[in-house]
Amino acid sequence: MKNERVLTGRHFMQGNIACAEGALAAGCSFMAGYPITPATEIAERLASRLPALRDEDGVFIQMEDEISSLAAVIGASWTGKKAMTATSGPGISLMQEHIGYAVGTETPCVIVDVQRGGPTTGIPSVELQGDTVQVRRGSHGEYQIIALAPSSPQELFDHTILAFNYAELYRTPVFVLSDAFIGHMREEVVIPEPEDIEIVTRIIPEAGFNSETDQGFLSENVAPMPIFGRGFKSHVTSSCHTETGKRNVTDAFALDNFIRKLDAKISKHRDEIIMVEDNTQDADIAIMSYGGVYRAACEAAGVARKEGIRTGTFRPITVWPFPDREIAEMSKRVKAILVMENNLGQLVPYVKAEASCPVHFIAPEILGTLHDVGSVVSKLKEIA
Amino acid sequence: MPRTEIRIAGFGGQGVVLAGVLLGTAAILRDDKHAIQTQSYGAAARGGAARSDVIISDEKIMYPQVTAPDIMAAFTTEALNKYKDELKKGATLIIDEDLVTPPEDSSFKIYRVPATSIASNELGKGIVANMVMLGFLSALTGIVSLEALEETIRANVPKGTEELNLTAFRKGVERAQEVK
Repeated sequence: MKNERVLTGRHFMQGNIACAEGALAAGCSFMAGYPITPATEIAERLASRLPALRDEDGVFIQMEDEISSLAAVIGASWTGKKAMTATSGPGISLMQEHIGYAVGTETPCVIVDVQRGGPTTGIPSVELQGDTVQVRRGSHGEYQIIALAPSSPQELFDHTILAFNYAELYRTPVFVLSDAFIGHMREEVVIPEPEDIEIVTRIIPEAGFNSETDQGFLSENVAPMPIFGRGFKSHVTSSCHTETGKRNVTDAFALDNFIRKLDAKISKHRDEIIMVEDNTQDADIAIMSYGGVYRAACEAAGVARKEGIRTGTFRPITVWPFPDREIAEMSKRVKAILVMENNLGQLVPYVKAEASCPVHFIAPEILGTLHDVGSVVSKLKEIA
Repeated sequence: MPRTEIRIAGFGGQGVVLAGVLLGTAAILRDDKHAIQTQSYGAAARGGAARSDVIISDEKIMYPQVTAPDIMAAFTTEALNKYKDELKKGATLIIDEDLVTPPEDSSFKIYRVPATSIASNELGKGIVANMVMLGFLSALTGIVSLEALEETIRANVPKGTEELNLTAFRKGVERAQEVK
């Protein structure tokens, strides 16, 4: 295995490997994880690549479980490393406590969820978009999350870089919502030259930072991160705290400030964060989908058009924050929206809440497989 | 070339996934086509049903799932029976005749190759039956150029096994040229 960070060139690469390579290209130097199908290849790749990086102290640790994996990632991030973990739905369930901890302490980190069939242990090697809402709302309390939904091995490379950039820019955990199908799929992946890859790194305080008086937390515009080992003497707590990190667990106004500032850090910047791909300009019906399902949506839209139904595709690249205004806007142009998900309709209520046109839903005939194009076209004919 | 769907099916340990990966790699890196490889296997690493699907096309491939294979290579009777109803009408069906009972269905173009016995008896390594099959399939269908595959095999199999794998591949190619 090569010891360069960026494997520039054309590859026929598995999605999970592309994700690991995207992490390296983004500057990741720490991964902690616990093996789970269908995410294990990400850990395997980084376990061999990180320690071998030339002139760098890249670290991979296999922890005893997913709970400790995310704990280690949070600790590594506070030492200034770009850090990640990768797991599947059952692992995300275990990580929920620490996901909230990372949000509350404003710790940049990337969590890759290669989704599989559930509930519970389900089927390890079959894909399902079962965690769409879990990653948004699985931890307790009131908070925002950023999640990207790639649809190919190339996007697993690209979106993992984006995820690190968002994590560093907004000091927050960011999800890459992959699944067993695209994680295990091999396709062409083009890795650019290192100088052509845009990388964002967190801002840390300048020398002379005073932790008693200077802001290290709770800024709507993201406070500089007073990482460990630089003499910043900051106090990091998951409990309700002030702008200097001091604990306040008695006053409701402190809680209100804590929640609202963390929320505003994401929601105030929603225009810079949210990405959608909207091909509904001349469409009567919009198919909304995300992740691997988007590819079936494109195929169905193409077939439907040939049969005279003006169909377009709308795809949130960032599923969270939810593209509410973008959907509201699009719904004024089209006559109906057909939501396609590989589940029983997790995003449908969110779409309905925004849309001013009728919203329909179609699951694959067999959950855990890609939608059959013929069935989607029949549904479009019914709606049209 | 229009979208062509290929399925290689058998049980875990027969190298069906590697055969599919090599086909896809050769198609994109050497022949400048588009390709997708997907796979399905059970929880067990060896012995369970395993399947490797490849789509090769001159055009960008949007829909990534194989739905009606144009070409199938079967390493077990179980795999053949499981997937034969999904094959396109007139599909090319290749069976390892050492392991697979040929179907009676005449709507396919059926080819037999003793991949396992060639690998075991002529090369002394049953493990390279997948390469014999890959050579046979590629020479028969012309789906990927033989030069592209030879380069890809050389670059991707474990060091020290290049010649063994290439010899097995060429044995498969020769067989296909005999029956063509």
